[in-house]
Amino acid sequence: MKPDLRIDFAGIRSPNPFWLASAPPTNSGRQIHRAFEEGWGGAVWKTIGPPVLNVSNRYGAWHYGDQRMVGLNNVELISDRPLDVNLREIAEVKRAWPDRALIVSAMVESTPDAWREIVHQIEDTGADGIELNYGCPHGMSERGMGSAVGQVPEYCEQITGWVKSVAHVPVIVKLTPNITNIVGPARAALAGGADAISLINTINSITGVDLDTFEISPSIGGMGGHGGYAGPAVKPIALNMLAAVASDELIRGAHLPVSGMGGVSTWRDAAEFILLGANSVQVCTTVMHYGYRIIEDLVDGLSNWMACKGIPSIEEFRGRSLGRLSAFQDLDLSFSAVARIDTATCIKCNLCYIACNDTAHQCIDLVGPSGDLVKPGFDVRSSGRIDAIDKRAQPVVREGDCVGCRLCFNVCPVRNCIKMVETPSREATTWSDLATQRPEVTQNWEAMKRYRDERGIRIH
Amino acid sequence: MPEWRDPLAEIFPPLSDHEAAVEAHRCLYCFDAPCTHACPTHIDVPKFIKKIATGNLLGSARTILESNLVGATCARVCPVQELCEGACVLNADEKPIAIGRLQRYAMDSLQTDLFSPGEPTGMKIAVVGSGPASLSCAGELARMGHAPTIFERRALPGGLSTYGIITLREPKEVAINEAQMIARLGVQMVYGVEVEDFTELLESFDAVFLGVGLGSTPELQIPGEESIEDGLAFIERSKVEREQLHVGRKVVVIGAGNTAIDCATIAKRLGAASVKMVYRRSEQEMTAYAHEYEFIKKEGVEFEFLTQPVGVISDQGQLKGLLCSKMQLGEPDSSGRRTAIKAPGSSFIIEADQIIKAIGQKKLHSDVRTVNGFIEVNEEFETSIVGIFAGGDCIRSRGTASTVMAAQDGKLAAKAIDRRLRGQ
Repeated sequence: MKPDLRIDFAGIRSPNPFWLASAPPTNSGRQIHRAFEEGWGGAVWKTIGPPVLNVSNRYGAWHYGDQRMVGLNNVELISDRPLDVNLREIAEVKRAWPDRALIVSAMVESTPDAWREIVHQIEDTGADGIELNYGCPHGMSERGMGSAVGQVPEYCEQITGWVKSVAHVPVIVKLTPNITNIVGPARAALAGGADAISLINTINSITGVDLDTFEISPSIGGMGGHGGYAGPAVKPIALNMLAAVASDELIRGAHLPVSGMGGVSTWRDAAEFILLGANSVQVCTTVMHYGYRIIEDLVDGLSNWMACKGIPSIEEFRGRSLGRLSAFQDLDLSFSAVARIDTATCIKCNLCYIACNDTAHQCIDLVGPSGDLVKPGFDVRSSGRIDAIDKRAQPVVREGDCVGCRLCFNVCPVRNCIKMVETPSREATTWSDLATQRPEVTQNWEAMKRYRDERGIRIH
Repeated sequence: MPEWRDPLAEIFPPLSDHEAAVEAHRCLYCFDAPCTHACPTHIDVPKFIKKIATGNLLGSARTILESNLVGATCARVCPVQELCEGACVLNADEKPIAIGRLQRYAMDSLQTDLFSPGEPTGMKIAVVGSGPASLSCAGELARMGHAPTIFERRALPGGLSTYGIITLREPKEVAINEAQMIARLGVQMVYGVEVEDFTELLESFDAVFLGVGLGSTPELQIPGEESIEDGLAFIERSKVEREQLHVGRKVVVIGAGNTAIDCATIAKRLGAASVKMVYRRSEQEMTAYAHEYEFIKKEGVEFEFLTQPVGVISDQGQLKGLLCSKMQLGEPDSSGRRTAIKAPGSSFIIEADQIIKAIGQKKLHSDVRTVNGFIEVNEEFETSIVGIFAGGDCIRSRGTASTVMAAQDGKLAAKAIDRRLRGQ
């Protein structure tokens, strides 16, 4: 049976969980028409608000190795198109696409009147919801908007309250990651009456410096500054913040929907966001890289994966990995695993060897063709393909000394060559257990040593 | 009209910046890498490739030259399938890194001299020949502060790189530029001088290095041989006297080594209607590299295996063909290859208006001790005469001789000479 990708997000219906995030891809009606034709489930209109002027050279990118745009930063502001043009196009798009989720992002001066007016204007378009942009880290924050609000939970709650007091459609609060603990503003949004939360907005960043001109990238007439960072590189940060919010007892207790975003590039990323509690997933940078057409594989890939796993609907697997989230002090300290290198698939690049020996725990040996331990290097009089291959040593993990750090596993370029193999573990213990049952072990190195000896824990 | 392209022009175009970056990023940066082991000069391959990836081309070129002063030639002529690329760990799952072409990219980027002569020692060394072994040796000696003088019998430096490697693989300009870079290290170049007596050099030099290579093609000892052309001379004309190069319509090349393949390639590419290679043993015994054999088959060259030339057929001074006998394989000889024995009553004629022979090179007669025509050296590359060292093709009595091995010989011999001169 074909899995059902439809979602209901705080009452907003969408044929699939993929929404275009509020950003340049949702700048105009014509663009969103095209995106919906390609199959996007929803779109959050690029933030509307007070007049702005943009600059040239808005994007800076971080390219890693051969991969373009691992990270993208921008200093573009909210929509620079007149408010009435945006409002008219929003109404046209919603009329043409009644089955899609159309949400309008807004950001205005921090007064109840300004917010009341913009809410009325948005609701007049027929849009399905409002997203409050509390996250924009540049340009607007200096004017008391965007992340200037998102970084102060009290403002966050107050403004959400103003909006909720006049709004009839669902109100989503978009959070900034440029804060020590994202749960604070999330709870403030909840307290202000928000119907949902979305996260993360972009991260403060400088992408680079030009080595010929010494200018900061992107250079705006020779000068540059911090911009909002997004793209594949931010995904791990976004997943952590999503998990923190989605697992918070207050947010969970209130069943507050969360729209997850930050570095989603493929259906795999999206599935991970959903497993960590996201009700919908927003996408931007990868669309800016490849165009709207990527929605086809987002939908197709997620659908096929769900079918393979026998998962009938999004709600069925949403948040399933939140139960796997643990604080460090509750992790089982007795769990143990060692790395094992599959000699049949190992190509002997020795990257595991050098990583382990220089930077980890010195427990990978090189074993020569005759079975002896050998040192790196070769006889300088020997050469040629045959010698180089036949005399090449095999890296082998000295399992007794392996602490199971998993660095080699991550370094290995061959799929499934290094496996982390679980080894018989001792009786389960957590740091919390130790701290309550034997507090001296957590405070005194001598006591720690006794505890290790007692349990046979060997550190080398 | 499509632009005219010289059929003998270098076969691989240079890598573009983009291609080089993509390929360099594909390199895994193996630790203690097998490509480095496989290279006879042990160039730190992952190091020079990662420097391409980081945009440090100067550092990349230096990494190559530190191990091999004729890196520009080697980038083009090395049998990389048998060496670095053949050992690449990516052979297991995908295709190996194009190490040779990346090396050429790094070397082509070099516009400045990276090395300077060492602190002068006052020691003079005579270097005979200016092929890869000699250049490598002289360059290393100059870096150590010694004063080498190269004696080259021809007008241009580079030896086989300049005269004997077909332009498809290495244009002569590359070899000449490389030699000039080495000369700028303080190597004196003397052209047009053929050294007859190596021992005599010891009277005015502190040491001698012989990088003399091998000689012209030996005689087949068959009737009419005077109308058969020497393969090396044929290649040489194609490189430095193109206007003197004559190519027939029906060309026969005798031999099946890499030089024979080069001759056949030139003939085919310059308009011969048919090119046949004649070899007295079979496909299995061929000495050409497997990739060269594959290449020449695609060029449309035909093969006559188990065929022994026995005479030249001419009519009123006009070459008409090659008289041959069919052969059959016998017992393995000392090199392990099976010998060919004449099959009785099997004579036949291959029509030809040009016959070229490429059946190896004549060995040396010299005042230093030779074995089977190759100069005998010890572990330190020293010949039977104290103070005279040698390297390159002239000492390679077994296995395949190659430019990169000659370069390594020259480098190691320079170190041995240095040790000797410093009394260590």
